[in-house]
Order: sequence, then C-alpha cells, then structure tokens
Amino acid sequence: MASPLQQFEIHTIVPINIGGIDLSFTNSALWMGITITVASVFLAFGARRRALVPGRWQVMTEMSYEFIANMIRDNVGDAGRRYFPYIFTLFMFILFGNLLGLVPGAFTFTSHIIVTLALALTVFLAVTIVGIVKHGLHFFSFFVPSGVPALMMPLMIPIEIISYLSRPVSLSIRLFANMMAGHTMMKVFAGFVVPLGAATFGIGGLAPIAMDVALTGFELLVAFLQAYVFTVLTCLYLNDALNLH
Amino acid sequence: MVAQARSILLTGIAGIAALAPSLAFAAAEGGSSLPQLDWTKFATQLFWLTVMLVVFFFILQKNALPKIEDALETRRRKVDDDLDKASAHREEAEAAMAAYEKALADAAEQAKAIHRQVAQEIAEGATERRSALAAKLAEDTKAAEARINAAKAPALANLQDVVIEVVQDVAAKLAGLKVSNADAKAAVAASLKEKA
Repeated sequence: MASPLQQFEIHTIVPINIGGIDLSFTNSALWMGITITVASVFLAFGARRRALVPGRWQVMTEMSYEFIANMIRDNVGDAGRRYFPYIFTLFMFILFGNLLGLVPGAFTFTSHIIVTLALALTVFLAVTIVGIVKHGLHFFSFFVPSGVPALMMPLMIPIEIISYLSRPVSLSIRLFANMMAGHTMMKVFAGFVVPLGAATFGIGGLAPIAMDVALTGFELLVAFLQAYVFTVLTCLYLNDALNLH
Repeated sequence: MVAQARSILLTGIAGIAALAPSLAFAAAEGGSSLPQLDWTKFATQLFWLTVMLVVFFFILQKNALPKIEDALETRRRKVDDDLDKASAHREEAEAAMAAYEKALADAAEQAKAIHRQVAQEIAEGATERRSALAAKLAEDTKAAEARINAAKAPALANLQDVVIEVVQDVAAKLAGLKVSNADAKAAVAASLKEKA
C-alpha cells in the first residue's frame, strides 16, 4: 500500500536548473498555475458582463469581492482599503489552492510548510514595514503594553516581542498542518477500503468509504475556513500595525 | 472572536491529531521523511510561488477587480439615482396633493359663501314679498270694507221701507186697518229703537 504521504511528494515535470539551483517546473508549480487560471477565469469571466442585475456567476464574484471588502472594513477600517488587492489575491490564491487540492489526484501546494511560511512571512514583513513607515520609531511602542506596572516591563516586553515574532510561525503552521492532516486522513481511510473489503466480501469497505465522504465535506469546510482564517489574521495584523493598540 | 478562536483551536487540534498517524507511517516506511521537509525542493517552490502569485496579482489588479468594482459602482450609482428620482417624484406628488386639497378647501369655502348669499337673498325676497302681499291684502280688505259700508246704508234704508210696507200689509190683512205711511214709519222706528 502506498504511503498516505506519497501525495505530498514533489515531482519534477520540466527540469530547470539555474546557477546550480533547482527551479524545476513541478507538480506544485503546475497546480499553482491551475489555481490562478481557475481563479482568474472565475473572477474575470464572472464579472465580464458587468450587468446591472447580475446572474449567478456575477453574484459569486461580487460576493467574493464584498466578502473581503467587508472583512477589511470591519477589521481594519478605511485605512485598509489600499491593501485590498493584495489581501484579496492572497485569499483567492489560498482558497482556490485548498479547494482544487481536494480534486482526486490533485496536488495541494498549501500542504507544504515552505509555501505557507513564505505567504505568512510576506504578510508579516509587509505589515511590519507598513507599521514602521506609518508610525516611525513610535511603532515599537506596540511592544509596550499599556496599563502594566513599570516593574513588570522587563517581563512583558520580551513576551510581547516573542508573541509578535511567533505570528508568521503560527499563521503558516496552521494552514499547512490543516491541509496536510486532512489529506493524510482521507488517504489513510481510503487505504483501508481494499483490505477491509477483501476480508469481508466487499461489505467492510463501505465503512471507510462513508468516512471519506464525510471527510470530504469536512475538508471543503476546512479549505474555506483556513483561507478565511489566514485572511482575517492578516487583516488583524494590518490593523495592529496601522492603529497600534 | 471567541467562536473564531475556538474554530482555530479545534482545527489545530484536529491537524495535530491527524498528523500523528502520518508521522507513524513515515517512520514505518523506513526512515523516509516528510516530503514537506525535503529542503532540496524549497527553492523551486518559492520561485514558482513568487511567479504565480505575482502573475495572479496583476491579473486581478488589471482585469478582474476593475470589472467587479465598475459593476458594483454602476449599480450603486444607479440605485442612488433611482432613489433620488423616486424621492423627487414623491415630493412632486405630495405638492400636487397639497394643491388639490387647497383647491378643494377653496371650492368648499366658495360654495358655502354662495350658499349663504343665496339663502340671504331668498330670505330677503320672501320678507319683501310677504310684506307686499300683506299690504295688498290690507288694502283690499279696506276697499272691501268701504264697499260693504257703502252698500250697507242704502240696504238699511231699503230694509226700513220694506219693513214699513210689510207692517202696513200685515195690519191690513190681519186687522183690516189702514195704517198710514207715517204711522208705520214711526212704529218701526220706535220698535227699532226699543230693540236697540
């Protein structure tokens, strides 16, 4: 039986090697390409008619747009509107990556820590730079909690700094672990179908199949939820940087 | 926020719980580690992630987002415009209604005034006619009385002559007396005086 982790292996499709660095076009890159193609088609074609009374497809694109627009307005305020395009791109990229990863045989690039870490670090660095540009050195007052006795400061400030620095770690591991865990679990149960079925004239194989059906529904929820959580946390970090405390 | 924190926590726990068997599998396969930790594949993933994300960002920025924004903006403006128009029409209708009510009140007022005037005129005419009629009737009555009085004296004189003749005839027939004119006249006069 194949390992449930086999689905996470990266295969080279077109070998590319630049200056001794392996930049091959892989199944991961392929599925990133499929993701942005599907998401772009979904958004651009859905909005192409710009109808006053939208059809179903146009409603879906407008709902996606307003979902993120409202999220930014609620969590960041008007100052966050400038960052809408990037946050929207991030949400759509993760959402479609997660959802398309559920297609049987697909590769889920968000199940790789290096990808989610890169996304989270981009957010972390961008938000920190935004905070420093907006507030200058005053930004570092963010690490000094208000209303705490001066005696506690030597303890509180390192805690605040550690908590700030752990943001990209938790942001990336949350997404990566959820995607990897879900896909592994589905594969583990799928792996039980044939052995159990063979031992019980096919009847026993139904139980893991039923489990996988339930898990598929659950994974659809997780796919959306994790894209949502990643985006909401991005908004909250952005809000911290723009408005400090 | 609490619900959100709980969902994050729950999915995190589910993730860790599900990672355990996969890690066990990895160990059972004889030391083959997680594909996610194969650092020789990091560079290609980072490179293609950057490329794809940048391409996606520009597709959305240049193509999809302006279209969606345009549609939303057009709709918002159209709705606002329609609402403005509707409120203008409403004001117009309200003005028309007020004008109509004013015209109605004016007409009622005018009708009342005309009614009052006509009633007064009718009342005045009636009084005039009644007094004229009363005057005419009084006049007629007076004329009739005068006529009656004028007719009364000769009638009375005639009556005396008739009575005298009747007295003379009665006396002649009953008593066989020949009463003279003068005597009869005196007797009638005396009798009339007595009666009076």
